[in-house]
Amino acid sequence: MPSLIDRVLEGRKIQHRRPWPRAVVGAHLWRFVTNELAQGRLSLLGLWGERATVHMAIMDEDAAEIAIVSLNCPDHTYASVGKFHPPALRLERAMHDLFGLSAQGSPDSRTWLDHNRWGVRFPLGPRIDASSEAAPYRFLPVEGDGVHQIAVGPVHAGIIEPGHFRFTASGETVVRLEQRLGYTHKGIEGLMTGADLERAVQLAGRVSGDSTVAYAYAFSRASEAALDLAVPDRAVWLRALLAELERLANHLGDIGAICNDASFTLMHAHCSVLRESVLRAAHSAFGHRLMRDVIAPGGVMRDLEDEGRTTIRAMVDNIRRRFPQLVELYDNTASLQDRTVDTGVVKPALAKQYAAGGYIGRASGRSFDARRTLAYPPYDSLRFDVAVLNEGDVNTRVWIRVREVEQSLSLIDQILDRLPAGGLRAEPGHPKEAREGMAIVEGFRGDVLVWLRLRDGLVERCHLRDPSWFQWPLLEAAIENNIVADFPLCNKSFNCSYSGQDL
Amino acid sequence: MRKLLFQGLFRRPFTEPAPSPDDAAAAELAAELGHAARRRLGRSLSIREIDAGSCNGCELEIHALNNAYYDVERFGLRFVASPRHADVLMVTGPVTRNMRDALERTYHATPDPKWVVAIGDCARDGGCFAGSYAVVGGVSEVVPVDLHIPGCPPTPTAMLKGLLALLERVDAGAVTR
Repeated sequence: MPSLIDRVLEGRKIQHRRPWPRAVVGAHLWRFVTNELAQGRLSLLGLWGERATVHMAIMDEDAAEIAIVSLNCPDHTYASVGKFHPPALRLERAMHDLFGLSAQGSPDSRTWLDHNRWGVRFPLGPRIDASSEAAPYRFLPVEGDGVHQIAVGPVHAGIIEPGHFRFTASGETVVRLEQRLGYTHKGIEGLMTGADLERAVQLAGRVSGDSTVAYAYAFSRASEAALDLAVPDRAVWLRALLAELERLANHLGDIGAICNDASFTLMHAHCSVLRESVLRAAHSAFGHRLMRDVIAPGGVMRDLEDEGRTTIRAMVDNIRRRFPQLVELYDNTASLQDRTVDTGVVKPALAKQYAAGGYIGRASGRSFDARRTLAYPPYDSLRFDVAVLNEGDVNTRVWIRVREVEQSLSLIDQILDRLPAGGLRAEPGHPKEAREGMAIVEGFRGDVLVWLRLRDGLVERCHLRDPSWFQWPLLEAAIENNIVADFPLCNKSFNCSYSGQDL
Repeated sequence: MRKLLFQGLFRRPFTEPAPSPDDAAAAELAAELGHAARRRLGRSLSIREIDAGSCNGCELEIHALNNAYYDVERFGLRFVASPRHADVLMVTGPVTRNMRDALERTYHATPDPKWVVAIGDCARDGGCFAGSYAVVGGVSEVVPVDLHIPGCPPTPTAMLKGLLALLERVDAGAVTR
């Protein structure tokens, strides 16, 4: 029986297949796909624009098949996907702000990234001079007796990224949270256009600082797909090593920070020490604590020497010795469990609807992990478990991270044991014709998607989709009926990226 | 938990000796600081961190300053939750156009005397994001900067050196008066 994706693409001319097919569809098929998304038979992986085209990446989760459908819209309008499938709403608003493509029938026509400060509208599309008068942003109206609003941000009390949260509370209880993001919008996709690969991968590695490896990894894989470039084995394995070190460091930091937001600083202190040990090992092995600019199209820029290997081994042994005590401490502290259990619940149906990735999806029953589901090398020949739980509360998101720390330790061991010898990098060519590629890489936070088109060694268009796009909206849902004081805890357990979303 | 706390009592601390203040940073500072202000501060600085559009890389390393290895509080450096409690604004990122207002308002909410420390390569001139329609540029385009600590991101040690230099200047000012 043909899969759903096959049926969508049947009879269509495939423009590119690197590695997933992309086909131009008509308005009818666009609506069919939208309906399949709304019915939950397909998942939305991404929705992005070009001057007069809208692209949508979709996945059939049962068959683990992926495709891109593109709709030409010469009049700069297209049928709204978000009208029927809410996860697309923010993506449509962002696409409107950047390209001036408008979603017909969308229930939410407010701007998203554009705060009327750029001096230009539709900077990646028709570029229209913006009027200087700033119309105030319309937050969703709230009615009811005794409700009050709490406005937080963009500058927050902690050392975190900027964003605005508008709480409506009834007494202590949050009845609605509305997020207003876009403050860190740097115009990265604009800077990408016309950049050579060297500069483009540098930019990709600075989309979200905590996922610098994942972004450079995804960008490099997408460009290699476009260029049909085979990466040397050793580089393939070193990339996975870098990705697991990044995951390990971030999860350790998060586990501590979540406990810290429940005022349990002992966990935070110990987890921070373990996180620091990972960063120091990374520095010793790859010359940079966050492992920035190590992965590049064609391979990796640095080799792992014996000394670095020894440091990583020692770090792994040390964490393996000390982490279980911390897990036991977390599990046996009733006052901490009292804060995390049943707090900030994301229902599995919502995680599925939003195709939420990472620990947020996997704590709410969605088993997707790009390393397993898409099994890109070397993960296809490594042994690891993908932990999936169903409760969807703060506690469960902690446990998923705990399990992933354990798996990452094991993966690092396996990679060091089996690291093949050989070259580090294949030189990317500069084909004159347009080449497209896409890649999905599992970062610590979830799946990072990069789609690009190269021409003559330069980026013609590159879209980078952070996992947070499909996670932030779930935080609005998760906080409902929790108390205001639990928001930091819920927020930290999500740890969505601001910069990755704002781009 | 008791076991962990007990171990903590007997284990050698993780905290490492303080690095020597960075010479370049010290030179950058020399002219900036007023004597009267120094005397009022004493040997303590309250820091308010502002992300004006960074990729979050600098924030990760600023967080690391608080871990047991670097332990900035032992030097009298403390991160505070409000600009109204702060002596120093630590600003990261290329300043985005969407954050410009918030940065200005945070600066004006900080009582005098105050210093601004710009953290990271982007905070100097916009770094690799310079020239974008959405980016103003470096921090000094929006508020006066007293010290810049370079790096992408700067390591906790580099930040510690810079901040210590700031502190020593402030301190030396108090002594000479």
